[in-house]
Amino acid sequence: MQVTMTVNGAEVSHDIEPRVLLVHFIRDVLALTGTHWGCDTSNCGLCVVLLDGEPVKSCTMLAMMADGHDVRTVEGLARDGTLDPLQQGFMEEHGLQCGFCTPGMLMTSRALLDSNPNPSEQEIREAISGQICRCTGYATIVRSVQWAAAHPAEPDSADSDQPVTDSEVSA
Amino acid sequence: MTTTEERATEERPIGFGRMQRKEDPRFIRGKGRYLDDITLPGMLHGAILRSPVAHARVVSIDTTAAVAHPGVQAVITGKDLEPLNLAWAPTLSADVQAVLATDKVRFQGQEVAFVVADDRYAARDALELIDVEYDILRPVVDARRALEPDAPVIRDDLEGRTDNHIFDWEAGDKAATDAVFARDDIVVVSQDIVYPRVHPAPMETCGAIADYEPIDGKLTLYETTQAPHAHRTLYAIVAGIPEHKIRVISPDIGGGFGNKVGIYPGYVCAVVGSIVTGRPVKWVEDRSENLMSTSFARDYLMRGEVAATRDGKILAVRTHVLADHGAFNATAQPTKYPAGFFHIFTGSYDLEAAHCSVTGVYTNKAPGGVAYACSFRVTEAVYLVERMVDVLADELSIDPVELRLRNFIRPEQFPYQNKTGWEYDSGEYETAMRLAMDMAGYDELRREQAEKRERGELMGIGVAFFTETVGAGPRKHMDIVGLGMADGAELRVHPTGKAVVRISVQSQGQGHETTFAQIVAEEIGIPPEDIDVVHGDTDQTPFGLGTYGSRSTPVSGAAVALVTRKVRDKARLIAAVMLEARPEDLEWEKGRWFVKGDPAQSKTIAEIALAAHGTLDLPEGVDGNLDAEVTYDPPNLTFPFGAYICVVDIDPGTGVVKVCRFVAVDDCGTRINPMIIEGQVHGGLTDGVGMALMEIIAFDPEGNCLGGSFMDYLIPTAMEVPDWETGHTVTPSPHHPIGAKGIGESATVGSPPAIVNAIVDALEPYGLRHMDMPCTPARVWAAMEGRPEPPV
Repeated sequence: MQVTMTVNGAEVSHDIEPRVLLVHFIRDVLALTGTHWGCDTSNCGLCVVLLDGEPVKSCTMLAMMADGHDVRTVEGLARDGTLDPLQQGFMEEHGLQCGFCTPGMLMTSRALLDSNPNPSEQEIREAISGQICRCTGYATIVRSVQWAAAHPAEPDSADSDQPVTDSEVSA
Repeated sequence: MTTTEERATEERPIGFGRMQRKEDPRFIRGKGRYLDDITLPGMLHGAILRSPVAHARVVSIDTTAAVAHPGVQAVITGKDLEPLNLAWAPTLSADVQAVLATDKVRFQGQEVAFVVADDRYAARDALELIDVEYDILRPVVDARRALEPDAPVIRDDLEGRTDNHIFDWEAGDKAATDAVFARDDIVVVSQDIVYPRVHPAPMETCGAIADYEPIDGKLTLYETTQAPHAHRTLYAIVAGIPEHKIRVISPDIGGGFGNKVGIYPGYVCAVVGSIVTGRPVKWVEDRSENLMSTSFARDYLMRGEVAATRDGKILAVRTHVLADHGAFNATAQPTKYPAGFFHIFTGSYDLEAAHCSVTGVYTNKAPGGVAYACSFRVTEAVYLVERMVDVLADELSIDPVELRLRNFIRPEQFPYQNKTGWEYDSGEYETAMRLAMDMAGYDELRREQAEKRERGELMGIGVAFFTETVGAGPRKHMDIVGLGMADGAELRVHPTGKAVVRISVQSQGQGHETTFAQIVAEEIGIPPEDIDVVHGDTDQTPFGLGTYGSRSTPVSGAAVALVTRKVRDKARLIAAVMLEARPEDLEWEKGRWFVKGDPAQSKTIAEIALAAHGTLDLPEGVDGNLDAEVTYDPPNLTFPFGAYICVVDIDPGTGVVKVCRFVAVDDCGTRINPMIIEGQVHGGLTDGVGMALMEIIAFDPEGNCLGGSFMDYLIPTAMEVPDWETGHTVTPSPHHPIGAKGIGESATVGSPPAIVNAIVDALEPYGLRHMDMPCTPARVWAAMEGRPEPPV
């Protein structure tokens, strides 16, 4: 079957088996391996991507169900080479160790901050409660999201920090 | 005292201090390279058919329909492996394990057949088409019944085997210990304590990609392994492929926790699949396969006894353990120690005598046992002694903190010889305990607890103090399948003063690319960002035993410090020529050698590196580079310690436990990167909440695994854990080159007893003295109703 969707701003169209999961479509067909898989049962949240801006577990969706929709993965988080504040926050606050849950955590947190730019600690914990991290104990993830909330990307924000560019971070 | 303070002063250190991780930029972009992210040209996909039952004779396996399925390239069974002598493979504990079952299946989830197909969907489809006839046998599920005379013999593959006994092992002085217990002027407490079977469950499951090149006979094996070098040697021994023709690559690892130490049947199957098809074969297990078949942890049934004077001086501890090793003895620990380092159960206390005996048995469950950040069974040891001290405190009506303070090994007693053969390197136990009490506001907490009890509320305060033993070797005492527990490091300073350090250990998230660069930086003054850390590739790194048992910093970290010093010493000889001075007239300042009394006369490491590779007339015996290599054989283990205080509330109406606060004071000796250390502690504390409150791999009477998915095997989310309160003291290890002790497993070791002690403390109004993990609402409720049953 032909499936067509927008992924990270670009339209993609492929002929796939109807049973192919969205996570496998993203990873195996589009070769976007930043989205991970971890459990089969919708418990771990490694596979979270944004579907029309809402976080979904891509292991529990068929790729066909995303037909005509807008999908955003971790690879689409940085814009024009500028890191999302969440990406910067996770580095600042040690919000990752092995990095395997990180893409899912980032995408869920992006959706949270899009709807609630200044979440409380409890709201952050609730937002990521459908996801498992075995390394960090979550406190540094909470701090990372708080860092991002305090350093929004919008140029009109109260915080005057310049966004960090890709090249600066890699240096 | 917390890391927040350190942050202000140590933002971009050339050496030790808080700095952002060098590995993070790729991970936050989704550009990590984990095993399942790797696609090789022409790669096929493998899938494993597993046993649906715990114990059965395999009557027949019919693969006809599977072989005919579209996209299937090969179906491999144990019978196919027999001629290759690969149906069975040696374990890390001198046993053998079936790669694919030939005679019997011995646990639910055991590997029976391997399908290789064009894609993962076709491989899974074909599994459904394999027809296996089983003759069901009675399983042994309860380890307590494994040695009964009428118990079915699980390992009838082993010649002459008539029972399910694996080993008896003991440590300490039994006669001296029994003599203490026989005294009539003492108090003795005893308690049965279960450390249930749990699973490390890293977020990335285990997997391998085997790429056998038939023309030159080279096998490139991508694996989720914590120990790539040990694996290479084992494949050479097991599969008969010459070792120089094997390259093991361990890419980015999505968490390990001891789950990725052993060689699993799936890895061997991928190798065979690649040899058979002539194409690369990827095999990645699903979550149920991970939970049901790969290395579990714990499963110790312990009986603890403590003898003490009536005024609270602990005299002796003795214990007997029944260790459930599952169907194959595949524990990963130094050969001499079949119970790992359990004999550190004497804890942090100055005892007159101690003795333990451990009996290992086979059951119809998955193999494993040493995993989940256990430091080779220190988890079980610390849990036992810290629960027992609380039982004694209850018996003597002494505050549990006070009882510990009365019995700690005192600072002047170090190095301390304990009664089971360890030499503790250094410790300041009371300092750490008092810091934790200050941070927690211990006395105020007790007042709050008293007020709440008046109101019928259930608040508990739990204390645990642990001493770890990590960083194995020494190699003369410690080996794994004959490979001495040492680690190599190689440092090259390039002509422009940048460097590459190659290490034998493998990060699973611990941040080696940062920490090891910081060690080099501290020793030689090259900024960490100018140092590349290479790991996880046997063709590119020196030999060593790998990362587990918190051994990376104690062993490999020492190797890196020493190799850097070796380079520094060589740099001195070269600098002397450059400065026209004698080497002994030069002094070191981080980053440069200068002439004593004339600091302006100096050469930086970058200048020396360029000269070493340039045209300078080098002194006799100094060759033209700035490189060195060492293998570090630790003279002793290191002994990190810590004081933990946990506060819980229990809902008297539901039995739900809420961990309200957790104060953790850790002492891991010299601190390399406080941010990474704090992260390691946070993760371990969360493990502790998981084990104490929810995690268990249980079985029904037929041997069906009841924890085979994340629907059943529960792991804490952000909602079940508090915001951790961490502090530290620094007591360097006297024998380690930089004084560092290791931190990777401390919190996993120390937190479960603190949490359970808090729960038992909260339930004191119910007269409870002990309850076993996991303290789920139902089990806590049962304990409140007077039925604190063991979970198994």
